[in-house]
Amino acid sequence: MSFDGGVRAALSDVQLRGALRQATTLFGDRRQTALLSVRDWEGARERARAIKDETLRHLDHYLEQFTANAERAGARVHWARDAGEACEIIGRIAAERGARTVVKSKSMASEEIHLNAALARRGIEPIETDLGEYIIQLAGETPSHIVVPAIHKTKGQIGMLFAEKLGIAPSDDPAALTAAARRALRRSFAEADVGISGVNFAVAETGTILILENEGNARLTTSLPQTHIALMGIEKVIPRFADLEVFLQLLPRSGTGQILTAYQSLLTGAKRRPEDEGPDELHIVLLDNGRSRMLAAPVTRQSLACIRCGACLNACPVYRQIGGHAYGSVYPGPIGAILTPQLIGIERSAHLPYASSLCGACRDVCPVKIDIPAVLLHLRAQVIEQHAGKGRRLERLLFRAYAAVMARPWAYEWAMRIARALHIMPPLRAWTKWRDLRPLAPRSFREEWRAGLGGERET
Amino acid sequence: MRVSLFVTCLADQIWPSAAVGAVQVLRRVGCSVEFDERQTCCGQPAFNTGYRTEARALAERFIEIFEASGAEAIVSPSGSCTAMVHHYEQLFEDAAWRERARRLAARTHELSAFLVDRLGVEDVGARFAGRLAWHDACHGLRDLGIKSGPRRLLQRVRGAELVELPNAEACCGFGGTFSVKHPEVSVAMLDEKIDAIERAGIDAVVSGDASCLMQIGGRLSRLGSRVRALHLADVLASTA
Repeated sequence: MSFDGGVRAALSDVQLRGALRQATTLFGDRRQTALLSVRDWEGARERARAIKDETLRHLDHYLEQFTANAERAGARVHWARDAGEACEIIGRIAAERGARTVVKSKSMASEEIHLNAALARRGIEPIETDLGEYIIQLAGETPSHIVVPAIHKTKGQIGMLFAEKLGIAPSDDPAALTAAARRALRRSFAEADVGISGVNFAVAETGTILILENEGNARLTTSLPQTHIALMGIEKVIPRFADLEVFLQLLPRSGTGQILTAYQSLLTGAKRRPEDEGPDELHIVLLDNGRSRMLAAPVTRQSLACIRCGACLNACPVYRQIGGHAYGSVYPGPIGAILTPQLIGIERSAHLPYASSLCGACRDVCPVKIDIPAVLLHLRAQVIEQHAGKGRRLERLLFRAYAAVMARPWAYEWAMRIARALHIMPPLRAWTKWRDLRPLAPRSFREEWRAGLGGERET
Repeated sequence: MRVSLFVTCLADQIWPSAAVGAVQVLRRVGCSVEFDERQTCCGQPAFNTGYRTEARALAERFIEIFEASGAEAIVSPSGSCTAMVHHYEQLFEDAAWRERARRLAARTHELSAFLVDRLGVEDVGARFAGRLAWHDACHGLRDLGIKSGPRRLLQRVRGAELVELPNAEACCGFGGTFSVKHPEVSVAMLDEKIDAIERAGIDAVVSGDASCLMQIGGRLSRLGSRVRALHLADVLASTA
């Protein structure tokens, strides 16, 4: 569906809009409250961004250090240039272990590479175990938010879905629905041969990966099956263990308004002795998929500082109206509007940089101070320069004419005089369908100035 | 203090009362005001839509025109257009142009920021009867940090009562070409603002940008509301 089609579908969906309004307000309010518990929020943002900038300037170095230390601790590290390679690596590992089902904890990177479809093609059934992802998978949809994948669904809709798919009595009681999901998922955890997770942070100096969650499903995914595969974008690496301190202050507060998530799993390598707990093997897949291209310039590089908290989605007035699906990109909202064109190419996503009023609310809440509006403007300039997307012939002409007129005061003045005399209004049906268009003033300011205002003295 | 008025094309043609009001208020607080008639548009529509070549040409023009002025400050009745001048630097790669852009930006102020922060004036001797609410225009608020200044100015207006909108800082949905590229989203955003305005029981919503006021005012008038949309300078210039 086109962006405008998605927008229209979203705006006419009363339940969706109610759910979005309620959820984005709730997360926004919780975030506001949560950040009061940090004495110097601004300072924390600055420090986190400085760590990310340092890492991204020497990303090759930190990735090599991380790889060496993770492998020393018993993990196997794989490098994937693109989505295809990542799916191939993960699919092969699972197939070699004879996996029929894999359990997955929440991972946007796995959505980015369309891992579930790739596994299914190999005859391996992926089972999402994060409650929101599980709902989405049952519904045959995609996440509409990077932290709260089923944010667009109401309790009632989820109750009907569970009644249909799990055969339970219809209910909109969250406790009953959660219990039903838990019963179904416990079986899957016990049966799965492989567990696949994402990664929130990867510590170069120790080879440790950190996974944050609230449901315990990531803990089970990474400990019950004999093989654990962790998929991470190459930007997830940070230099030092001590750097986690600032990111653990920022991420839960920005994402869900929590002081800390219920679980933090720090995993360093696979188990070393047979009597140890946990999986026999840990595979870590480092995903590039367009990220190294963004390193070239500071304006694009900052996109890689993102810690996927989702605060910009909750704060965005556009997202609040239309939700995630309308964007038509794996990563929705403001961060998606800058990430997706850089990941998949601007030709295929030329609409995204324009899906914003440039209000800047996203920049204000971003815990790592990504200047999202500046990146949007940079991408818009690329769209125009590279002639990406369609339907801009008239726009190009108009802007050329505008610049020509505005460069000549006499042309500007005459154009406006003629428009005023003939009562010419621009044919802006897109404006006038909903809003009155304020007409040109009877007299422009410069005419007032000449007519006497300019000659008046201080009163 | 000698001030050069940066009128903005929108105020010049569509909301001249904001610019006339700005001149009157500036004179009232003791400034002398100049107006260079060579000025047109700052280039923001082109910049925000991605037309950097066109934006750069207009930026160069703007810099040359206002550099020629000996005024100590350049003052504009628009947060958005002032913010554009503050963005000029990033249009240039050439170090000399970047320096000129930086120096010009340092002299360019939005009206309320100039009055409150630069001159230290909060009472401009205005009188306006009615209940008012301030709408924070995005670029003024987030690019220039304008938040308390206009509220302090409005609180000193005799006869006026200032109330807060619960979503004063939320975007009205204008966003330049966004308002016509994606009108449905733009109006959905706008209608949350309109709801808050109607519920606040005010006589006028006041803002510092003619663009937001066209958006909010255009919807208010379409819906037959009795609430008016006014520019800050309209209110500050009023002595009736």
